[in-house]
Amino acid sequence: MAPPTTSNPLRLLVALGVLIVGLAVWAFWPGTDSSVRLGLDLQGGTQVILKPKPVTEGASITEEQLTQTVSIIRQRVDGLGVAEAEVTTQGSGDGAVIVVAVPGVNQDRVVDLVQRTALLDFRPVWGLYPAPASVDPAADPSASASPEAAPQASGEASASPEASAEASASPDSSANAAGEAAPLIQADANTAEFQQQVAALDCTNPLNYTGGRPDDPQKWLGTCDVTGAAKYNLEPAFIQGTNVTNANAVLPQGGVGWIVSLDFDGDGAKALAEASTTLSALPECGIAGANPCNAFAIVLDGVVTSAPRFNEPILGGSAQIEGNFTAEEARDLANILKYGALPVTLEAVDITTVSPTVGNDQLRAGIIAGLLGLLLVGIYLLVYYRALGVVAVLSLAVAGVILYLTIVVLSKAIGLTLTLAGVAGAIVAIGITADSFIVYFERIRDEIREGRSLRQACDSGWIRARRTLLAADFVSLLAAAVLYFLSVGSVRGFAFILGLTTLIDVLVAFWFTHPLVVLMGRSSWMQKGSKWTGLDSGRLGGASVAGRRGGRSRRSSAETSPTDSSTKEVSA
Amino acid sequence: MSRIGNLGHRLYAGEVSYDFVERRKRWYAISAIILLLAVGALLFRGLNFGIEFRGGADFSLPKATCSVEDARTTAEEATGAQVIVTETASGTVRVQTEELTAAASSQVAGTLAEACGIPKGEVKVQVVGPTWGEEISKKALQGLVIFLLLVTIFLSIYFEWRMALSALVALAHDLVITVGIYALTGLEVTPATVIGLLTILGYSLYDTVVVFDKVKENTRGVTGQSIMTYSESANLAVNQTLVRSINTSVVALLPVLAIIIVGAGLLGAGTLLDLAVVLAIGMAAGTYSSIFIATPFLVDLKERQPEMKALKARVLARRKQGRSAAGAAVGTESASDDDAGVAADASIGRRTESGPRQQPKRKPRSKR
Repeated sequence: MAPPTTSNPLRLLVALGVLIVGLAVWAFWPGTDSSVRLGLDLQGGTQVILKPKPVTEGASITEEQLTQTVSIIRQRVDGLGVAEAEVTTQGSGDGAVIVVAVPGVNQDRVVDLVQRTALLDFRPVWGLYPAPASVDPAADPSASASPEAAPQASGEASASPEASAEASASPDSSANAAGEAAPLIQADANTAEFQQQVAALDCTNPLNYTGGRPDDPQKWLGTCDVTGAAKYNLEPAFIQGTNVTNANAVLPQGGVGWIVSLDFDGDGAKALAEASTTLSALPECGIAGANPCNAFAIVLDGVVTSAPRFNEPILGGSAQIEGNFTAEEARDLANILKYGALPVTLEAVDITTVSPTVGNDQLRAGIIAGLLGLLLVGIYLLVYYRALGVVAVLSLAVAGVILYLTIVVLSKAIGLTLTLAGVAGAIVAIGITADSFIVYFERIRDEIREGRSLRQACDSGWIRARRTLLAADFVSLLAAAVLYFLSVGSVRGFAFILGLTTLIDVLVAFWFTHPLVVLMGRSSWMQKGSKWTGLDSGRLGGASVAGRRGGRSRRSSAETSPTDSSTKEVSA
Repeated sequence: MSRIGNLGHRLYAGEVSYDFVERRKRWYAISAIILLLAVGALLFRGLNFGIEFRGGADFSLPKATCSVEDARTTAEEATGAQVIVTETASGTVRVQTEELTAAASSQVAGTLAEACGIPKGEVKVQVVGPTWGEEISKKALQGLVIFLLLVTIFLSIYFEWRMALSALVALAHDLVITVGIYALTGLEVTPATVIGLLTILGYSLYDTVVVFDKVKENTRGVTGQSIMTYSESANLAVNQTLVRSINTSVVALLPVLAIIIVGAGLLGAGTLLDLAVVLAIGMAAGTYSSIFIATPFLVDLKERQPEMKALKARVLARRKQGRSAAGAAVGTESASDDDAGVAADASIGRRTESGPRQQPKRKPRSKR
């Protein structure tokens, strides 16, 4: 059987070289970040895994709800000014979870923040102003009122709830917010300084009305309407979102538009009765209106969602928000009141905090373990396979380089983060990668034992090993893929790296190990079959690689091993 | 080293042959005992699930200066409930409590850090809801079923259903043994352990695929001859891939051992160590099963087929004939259609057992 000549080995090596250089250029392109993104377990930080639950019993979670939830959480986290916080979904449908990862320590507040579904409070309106910021911060806010910018909101509930949904669902606004969002304007008292800050607030800047900056309910707040159409100076909250027990969109009999009915718990009802009694006695809010005035603002994630007016004291513990809503607007507002802006309820199922020191230790331990593993495997392969062992060690090194470059590139391209589980996956993969070489080398030896020359053995051994290798690697890849798509949390990181290394293993075996072995097989040194080649006659039981001794060694092998011929007859 | 290298050749040629297939009853018995122990341990002792599965809070205090007792007292005062405190080899004190809210866990972390003389930021905290473990386990189980289904289809197409079944039997064997060892030793089961267990799936099958590929190659057209039975061909395949299996296992275990050494020495308990321990157990079991369980089981399945039975009968009859011919009349032409040399070649198993005594009878190939 004349082994079919495989592709030119030099061409394959050059192709691999080009691929590596390409990856390296992509990875280290000047001006871009070329570091590996580390998971929180390696750099320290807090990770919260949230399990979304549908708002209504028995319903399932849609992709849209997930996307919306993620972007709202992202805004909240970004609003805190935490750099590089990450909010991602894993899995889909009812099995999906949301993973919030925040680097750095002492992020208790973050945990608390993302866990809360409703960052909602009700504040009396002290002052209502038009949106464009007065250029001169010292100017009297009410003086800068311009009629055309006057919000029609003065008395009625003004906010369009779908606007809030749209704003929070737009991903790029959160990216901006990460770097630039100013802290909320809050103060312990309604001082002149505070009023000046409110006056300077620019409500035409989307950063200031996209929300995502949770406010402190105990303090005064200067903020914008969710559409950016109005600006408010608000007193400390009298009711918080947690006091709302129920909210529904209803179409009252004989009514013109939809309204939102609200129920409060005991504390909420009491606070509502007090506030409404006080507020309804006050004059109407307006552009040049009174301070304080008779409206209250529903503040969600730091911006005013709606600012209805109190018409009369509300004593029964339930209230209605009227405002010519459409059915959809009313339903959305009701949901916001019930659950915060999140379309789902969230349960924090896993909270992990790792200090940077521990993270560094873990990373260092991972690297040391990896190097030690490589070293041990390298020594074993060198001792056992000699010259072929050198090829194996080089192949492992090439696989390592490609893995590193790929991780850097994927960090950039798709935001891959390397976790401890991923590092473990890479270390475990050393063995599986090395096994490909072992399968191939053992095949070469088998072929030589069957009496082939070294050059033939390198090719025909490859053809047989290739099949085994592809089948075995396919099973490995299948395991990794199933793990990746079905699992959550750290399992995914592990599966991803394991799958990646399996692919790299195939690449290296085809484009590096095999061509290199073929090239070596052509060298006269390997042909001589010295004991350093790993293919010497002593180890192959007399079947030497040396072609000129072929006849003799074959006979001697037949003498010492009677079954040799029968083996051939079986396979023939 | 060269001895082992030489052994490789002798194994390949069939000069040295271990009766993996022939003595399968023995291996089955050994495995049955281990499996019984594993299942028994699982039933009576159960698994020691980590907090990820039970729900609770876990505080790791590296380089803590406080004693285990101090930590216990502090934590029990702070939470008002019973806590579990352990100390690892690297000096990390680990406190496990029942489930806490985020705010409460932060407070407990602060108290513990103060009591143990380390900055609060150094404390590693994990709080897990009780449903999370269920979630992970459910996912893992789901993944397992889908993976097994896919892999059965693949192996049935690439090999045949008998090989797929044998591979799965070997896999189940590995998983049960690994889980059983966890039940026996009371090692903590964490998500990392589950990852490791799922990796064993891939590894165990990978190992078996390599051996089966050789079996498939050796037994191609096995029914078209009457020299070797299926079990002998399969046994030869196992022997021929033995060096590969050993080398592979060594090479796969070395990095895992490196993790264990580094993990135990530098880190104490953690993802890496948990993963490495389960992998070490599973890989050892996987190597054993690919040699001693998968192929023998396959042979059992195959030799139920009528054509394999017929082959066995043919080979045995031929061997008997060949031996009587060789013994009765040296030098006379035997009645078989092939020459006596081939008939003598056929008794591989026998020859290896009786050793070189038969050697002088063989004519050198060149004179045949």
